Amino acid sequence: MAQVSMTVNGKPVTGEVEGRTLLVDFLRNGLGLTGTHVGCDTSQCGACVVHVDGRAVKSCTMLALEAEGAEVKTIEGMANPDGSLSVIQQAFQDHHGLQCGFCTPGMVMSAAALLAENPKPTEAEIRHYLDGNLCRCTGYHNIVKAILAASGQDVSIAAE
Amino acid sequence: MYEFEFARPTSLAEALAALKAEDAQPLAGGQTLIPTLKQRLASPSVLVSLSAIEELKGVRREGDTLCIGAATTHAEVAREAAAHYPALAALAGGIGDPAVRNRGTIGGSLANNDPAACYPAAVLASGATVVTNAREIAADDFFQGLFTTALEEGEIITEVRFPIPQAANYQKFEQPASLFALVGVFVARFADGVRVAVTGASEEGVYRWESAEEALSKEFRPDALMGLRMNPANMIHDIHGTKEYRAHLVGVLTRRAVAAARG
Repeated sequence: MAQVSMTVNGKPVTGEVEGRTLLVDFLRNGLGLTGTHVGCDTSQCGACVVHVDGRAVKSCTMLALEAEGAEVKTIEGMANPDGSLSVIQQAFQDHHGLQCGFCTPGMVMSAAALLAENPKPTEAEIRHYLDGNLCRCTGYHNIVKAILAASGQDVSIAAE
Repeated sequence: MYEFEFARPTSLAEALAALKAEDAQPLAGGQTLIPTLKQRLASPSVLVSLSAIEELKGVRREGDTLCIGAATTHAEVAREAAAHYPALAALAGGIGDPAVRNRGTIGGSLANNDPAACYPAAVLASGATVVTNAREIAADDFFQGLFTTALEEGEIITEVRFPIPQAANYQKFEQPASLFALVGVFVARFADGVRVAVTGASEEGVYRWESAEEALSKEFRPDALMGLRMNPANMIHDIHGTKEYRAHLVGVLTRRAVAAARG
């Protein structure tokens, strides 16, 4: 076992992990942050996307010890300080950007990463950016609309 | 995953020392190696992470050469190479998905030499030099077949040096589930000739299409390739495409790459 320290959602955390412990397992089992989901465990689905030093990564495909000293942000860190939903989360609710909700944490984290680097993405750019986030309910249109809305754009441009 | 020890050195010298342990293995971005470990297809005694070694990171230009540190992620190459070598930056920005590009590295991709990976096509078509802790390896000598390279045990890629061509383009026919290239073709035009490298197609991994290079070196136009056909005999055949389909795509994508490179 080895000790790992990082900052998660603004708070310093320390834990004991094995070399083979995945970041997602440390977040879920070590810290109890079960908002980050494991959909496939094979790097395809993106339900486990979190931000590491501001970049979206698949936390099922990164070892916990690789995040030593990093700033990690998970879905639990996305709400506003008063507990209300962030603009992106609210847009997902307003536009029915979730059905079963399993992919939603990863979708929201990917959307936040996209809007941080491209504040007004086109519909095509949004769809392309979500290449690594799968929604098994196939609710993509409303997810795209939610991200358009969160970026302050007209959602009617999204294909029906 | 089987158990392993984990080391995260901060210098190349420490990494090389750690790799001397029996069955030690380097870990770059892990976007292939971690799934491989999960399937128990690899069981290193020590996994030596290269992610904290600053000397292996970054993009810098030296005259007509673009030097990329081996631990530079695809996302960083997409951003930082754009002003210097746009075709290479575009290739890096099209690998996998955004989260994969934020972890995967150029050195990791080249050391793995997946027959459907994008970077080997850029390195071979550019006539790049793969620099390791021990030596410099020409692209023509580096790739030696499926998942096989000239790297020795314990040897680490430190940098890749790309001569910047006059014009270049990469065309990728994406396999939509894996996001790897079903076929990818990189065309690079230099003052002394044209190089064409094909990934995803051959059972022997990335290769140069020499008859296309000869035709394009005489006349850099898509029409120069008319009548040239890739022999399907050594092409990959799988559920995604037949040998003949891949051979056909090589021609189509090469013509598209030439048209795009001409602008």
